[in-house]
Amino acid sequence: MAQAPAIQLEGVTKRYPGVVANKDVELTVASGEVHAIVGENGAGKSTLMKIVYGMVRPDEGTITIEGAPVNFRTPKDAIDAGIGMVHQHFMLADNLTVLENVILGSEPRSGVMIDFEGASERIRILGESYGLRLQPNQKVEKLSVGERQRVEIIKVLYRGAQILILDEPTAVLVPQEVNELFDSIRDLREEGHTILFISHKLDEVLSIADRITVMRDGQTVGHTTPAEVDSRQLAEMMIGSELPSPETKESTVQEEVLLDVSDLAIFSESGRPVLEDINFVVRKGEIVGIAGVEGNGQAQLVDSLLGLAPTSTGSINLAGKSMVGLETRERRAAGIGLIPEDRHRQGLLLPSPLWENAALGHQYKEPYANGIWIDKKGTREHTAEIVRRFDVATPNVDVPATALSGGNQQKLVVGREIMAGPVVLIAAQPTRGIDIGAQAAVWEELKTARAAGMGILLISADLDELIGLSDTIHVLFEGRLVAKLDPSEITPEILGSYMTGAEEKKAS
Amino acid sequence: MTALVDRYRKADRSVRIVVIALVAVLVMTIAELVTGTSDLTSRSTASAALRLAIPILLAGLGGLYSERSGVVNIGLEGMMIAGTWFAAWGAWMFGPWEGVILGVAGGAVFGLLHALATVTFNVDHIVSGVAINILGLGAMRFLSSIVYTPETGGSVIQSPPIDGIANIDLPFLAGGQLFGWNSPDFFGWLENLELFLISDIAGIIRGFTGGINWLTLLALALVPITAWLLWRTPWGLRLRSCGEDPWAAESLGVRVLRMKYYGVIISGMLSGLAGAFLVLVQAGIYREGMTGGRGFIGLGALIFGNWMPVGVLGGSLVFGFGDSLRFRGPEVVRSFILAVAIGLIAYGVYSAVRSRLRAAIIQIVIGAAFLVYYLQVVEVSNQLLAALPYVITLLVLAAASQHLRMPAADGARYAKGEAR
Amino acid sequence: MKSGRLLTSVVAPAIALVIAFGFAAIALLLVGIDPITAYKEMWVFGTTPESLIITVNNAIPLFVSALAVAVGFKMGLFNIGVEGTYLLAALFAAYVGAQFSTTPVLHVTAILLVAVLVGAFWAWIPAYLKVKRGVHEVIATIMLNYIAFALSAYLFLNVFRAETAGLTIATDLIPETGWIPSLNPLLTALGIEVRAGANLHGFLVIAIVLGVGYHYLVNKSRFGYDLRASGINPTAANASGVDPKKMIIRTMLISGGLAGLVGIAPLLGFYHQYPQDFPRNFGFNGIAVALLGRNSAVGMAFGALLFGFMQRSALILDLRDVPKEIVTIIQGIVVLAVVIVYEVVSKYVQRRVIASAAAATDFDPVTSGVAA
Repeated sequence: MAQAPAIQLEGVTKRYPGVVANKDVELTVASGEVHAIVGENGAGKSTLMKIVYGMVRPDEGTITIEGAPVNFRTPKDAIDAGIGMVHQHFMLADNLTVLENVILGSEPRSGVMIDFEGASERIRILGESYGLRLQPNQKVEKLSVGERQRVEIIKVLYRGAQILILDEPTAVLVPQEVNELFDSIRDLREEGHTILFISHKLDEVLSIADRITVMRDGQTVGHTTPAEVDSRQLAEMMIGSELPSPETKESTVQEEVLLDVSDLAIFSESGRPVLEDINFVVRKGEIVGIAGVEGNGQAQLVDSLLGLAPTSTGSINLAGKSMVGLETRERRAAGIGLIPEDRHRQGLLLPSPLWENAALGHQYKEPYANGIWIDKKGTREHTAEIVRRFDVATPNVDVPATALSGGNQQKLVVGREIMAGPVVLIAAQPTRGIDIGAQAAVWEELKTARAAGMGILLISADLDELIGLSDTIHVLFEGRLVAKLDPSEITPEILGSYMTGAEEKKAS
Repeated sequence: MTALVDRYRKADRSVRIVVIALVAVLVMTIAELVTGTSDLTSRSTASAALRLAIPILLAGLGGLYSERSGVVNIGLEGMMIAGTWFAAWGAWMFGPWEGVILGVAGGAVFGLLHALATVTFNVDHIVSGVAINILGLGAMRFLSSIVYTPETGGSVIQSPPIDGIANIDLPFLAGGQLFGWNSPDFFGWLENLELFLISDIAGIIRGFTGGINWLTLLALALVPITAWLLWRTPWGLRLRSCGEDPWAAESLGVRVLRMKYYGVIISGMLSGLAGAFLVLVQAGIYREGMTGGRGFIGLGALIFGNWMPVGVLGGSLVFGFGDSLRFRGPEVVRSFILAVAIGLIAYGVYSAVRSRLRAAIIQIVIGAAFLVYYLQVVEVSNQLLAALPYVITLLVLAAASQHLRMPAADGARYAKGEAR
Repeated sequence: MKSGRLLTSVVAPAIALVIAFGFAAIALLLVGIDPITAYKEMWVFGTTPESLIITVNNAIPLFVSALAVAVGFKMGLFNIGVEGTYLLAALFAAYVGAQFSTTPVLHVTAILLVAVLVGAFWAWIPAYLKVKRGVHEVIATIMLNYIAFALSAYLFLNVFRAETAGLTIATDLIPETGWIPSLNPLLTALGIEVRAGANLHGFLVIAIVLGVGYHYLVNKSRFGYDLRASGINPTAANASGVDPKKMIIRTMLISGGLAGLVGIAPLLGFYHQYPQDFPRNFGFNGIAVALLGRNSAVGMAFGALLFGFMQRSALILDLRDVPKEIVTIIQGIVVLAVVIVYEVVSKYVQRRVIASAAAATDFDPVTSGVAA
């Protein structure tokens, strides 16, 4: 008699106002297997996982865990049923210690108080069993990204999870760290755990999964195994059509230097260098890529170029004019544009109408401003222009920015920045978190802008994007530029090894 | 000298605070020697400082529970006002301890309102707090108008006089009674020996241990209780997690909304208790406006104390001392001005040793200004003295605000099930 | 979208008022008073021409105070210090204004200038502390309130007091060239009969100008764009070129300047000196009016008129043995109710807007009213 599947979903449907996130989803995960769910951004994978984990209740359908039907009302019910979720965006409280984060909600008692020693011991044992070593009394804010992920996994194992859900676990890791994670996953599978793995990185999925389910537009469109498909076929199942690529053919790079950064450095309050020894140029018609794992100084680099960093030394010249000492507004007026890495945080006023968002960053000049006043008519017309040219899906320019999907929001931001005609455009993670259609559109626009002579500084953690778009790639590691590479000569694996500091290749 | 300064700067934060406190007492003792008074560090000043610190402490602790659960509570003042009114009414209708309970309940009701607005309806925390303060003022005035009709002996702005709660002396430390037997008075004896600095410290401690009230003891006990509760129990960990990262807490099954309600209602209860203390221990009557901004000063103590119970206690003692100065008489105020002058000049020297010359010059110049003021003033006007506690609060916060760390999700907009 | 605007700016405050009056009615019933007659009395008394003039007079300082608070609110700054600021500013203005006499326009302008400068200075202090030392402006402005009370009491009793012997303690009387004339002649020209004793304050004109100025500054100017962006998303505003420190200081200076003018209407239109019982509570009630009016000039005007009306019509209650403090509790409840109702309504409106935007995503420039 075959063992009951670990997870079985039938006919699961979830609706939100204006969109059906999951429609009639059907999923079977066998016990003790590594099962991958793939689909592009917006396919409904995250919503489905939230349903399995009890954070969201489905409108229709049944969920069966280990043969028994369940009805989760809160995550605690799912935890009790042996399901543990490792979130894509870590759910960790920075100011609390590793131990406090792990035991929260399931605290071991010693009388009325918390049994700190018992918990500490358990964490140590778990860590050693699966290669996930941690210091229990360290504050989480001091941990690296890889260590934080370990905390998330230990959190789940601590509660006796048999079924683990990993949501985009490798989004913030480089290839070498991914291998370490996969080793841990294989160990867990050997011990009898079931792993449900969500990803849009198809090569990884093919290397670790036993079986794969493909989702598109909220529905399950196929089930397969790594033996039956390659990544291209899998991608086509995901989007239902041909896969776009960022690759460019001919070089449009000219001699003229638009941005010249020399000996840029930033020091923290205690005197430690956050960025050091930064030297690079961006030429007319060139896309310069800055590759690096998140947290190696990218945000600080952008801040220092924009004038948002408190103190920096070194020189920054835009078309020959020095930017040092100039305020942010002056630098933007001089011609530095920004597509921020987090559009919600730095790029948009979510409750405001689209036309007010279009003016953001350019509110002091035409066509948005007229003297000391805001030119509402000019702004609205210009916004309509942006919407038209960049294919932003919206009924009009008065809807609040929050009403748009992520991809459309990004298209608006990209559109407003490109149409402002900057000398150099800083594009930080320009296609993060948006659907493939919008991603392709953004790549096209960046290429068009480059062909027209714009200089673009592309800061990204998406290796395909970097290699496909850049004319030159620098690698940022621990605040220093450790390599200057030619995209035509490298693969993502090679790039990844530079990004983890395993190799250095200085500019010749 | 530089070596000593270096050792100080490398030491633990709590060690540094003790050193600062000792230096402050030393400076005040020296000032006393010069002016010939002994009142700055006497037992009566300490006693008054403690008594005035308690409402600030209770409000600050209340703010601690609320903010640690992630809800900013500006409405502590309004909750304290409710506490004063209900405590007075309860004491007038029934008795002093019933007054305490009703005062706590009154504060809790306003805490509930604040929780409703911020946790359930996601109103901006500060806006809600301001609204609670306005409502508290208006509601209590309205209640006074219908309850304290002229026959009762009260009016719209004050209640009839009421009985308070008696004071006690602690046994052994301050010569209190122990089952009817008069115990020796250790710190009183030490104080009377008139030894330099030691007797002054003894006097301060004697002031803290004699002539104090049961409510005082309760309030002081709440400090270690709060520390234990929040850092050693599961309930406390869950509460703190709501203030640090409610989404992480929610994902682990913590009932975030419920914990926030607890935090805010407790803050209302403690503010209500602060109001009860004001009425039953200090004033013996309810008077409109008697809270005088102490809810806000309590918030200041919370910030100064870096959202830790012991820190709140320290902050409230400093601010309580500032509050008490205006009642101590002109000589004491003059000594204080001199002490400030000496302290600033000493701080200026310290800054110079650390090669921070611009700061050193500013501090010495201001210190000299205070010295000049001391030399020529005879009696600081009463009206100006009224500003003293608020000036001190402002200056202390200005000096200390740089190194503080509030709970990460304090004031954050949280709704169940929503993403960050 | 248009109906959404209507819902949030009109329906939400209206619901809050109903809640407030409702709760007050219950409170009255509990003490054996008939709320309907009480409200009717208030309405009848409050709508006489004389009462209406007093209502407008009451509303003027409330409106200016609300403007001062709203400028800060729009940026996410909470200036709770209007109360202390306006008393200090009125005191200085009264003292300086009494020291000389010139042509009326110059004299009044000079007095206004003093008030604005004192107010701006008193708001500069918390702004500086926030920018340089990170002190939260709520606590700083509240502390400065109490300091202002103490300072103005000290200055009033010891420095600015008039030498005259008499029962009332006040500053010297401002010469007539420093008075703002009443608008009653204008009313009579319009055919409105007014009984003697109720003078419509001339400062009304200035208040209206301030309100219009506020509207244009906040909603139409580049500074206003930066201001509102800083309130909605300070990180995005900084990346767009707004200097946060300069923004904070400029905003608080404007707020303080406005706060300084709050007491001018009663000062130059009625008292002509600063007496010991100079009217209080304009600061705190101004906050309530700003919340009620949702920081919009028109909304705050209505809110100020409403509060002024309640303040005036409550006087009749004294003669009917109804506690006139019923008004203060209505005001208190309305503040809390309006912020809650507003959140609920705006969330509902936002959901509808997002749903309808998601449903209809075909962009047509003509129907969206942008281009031909």
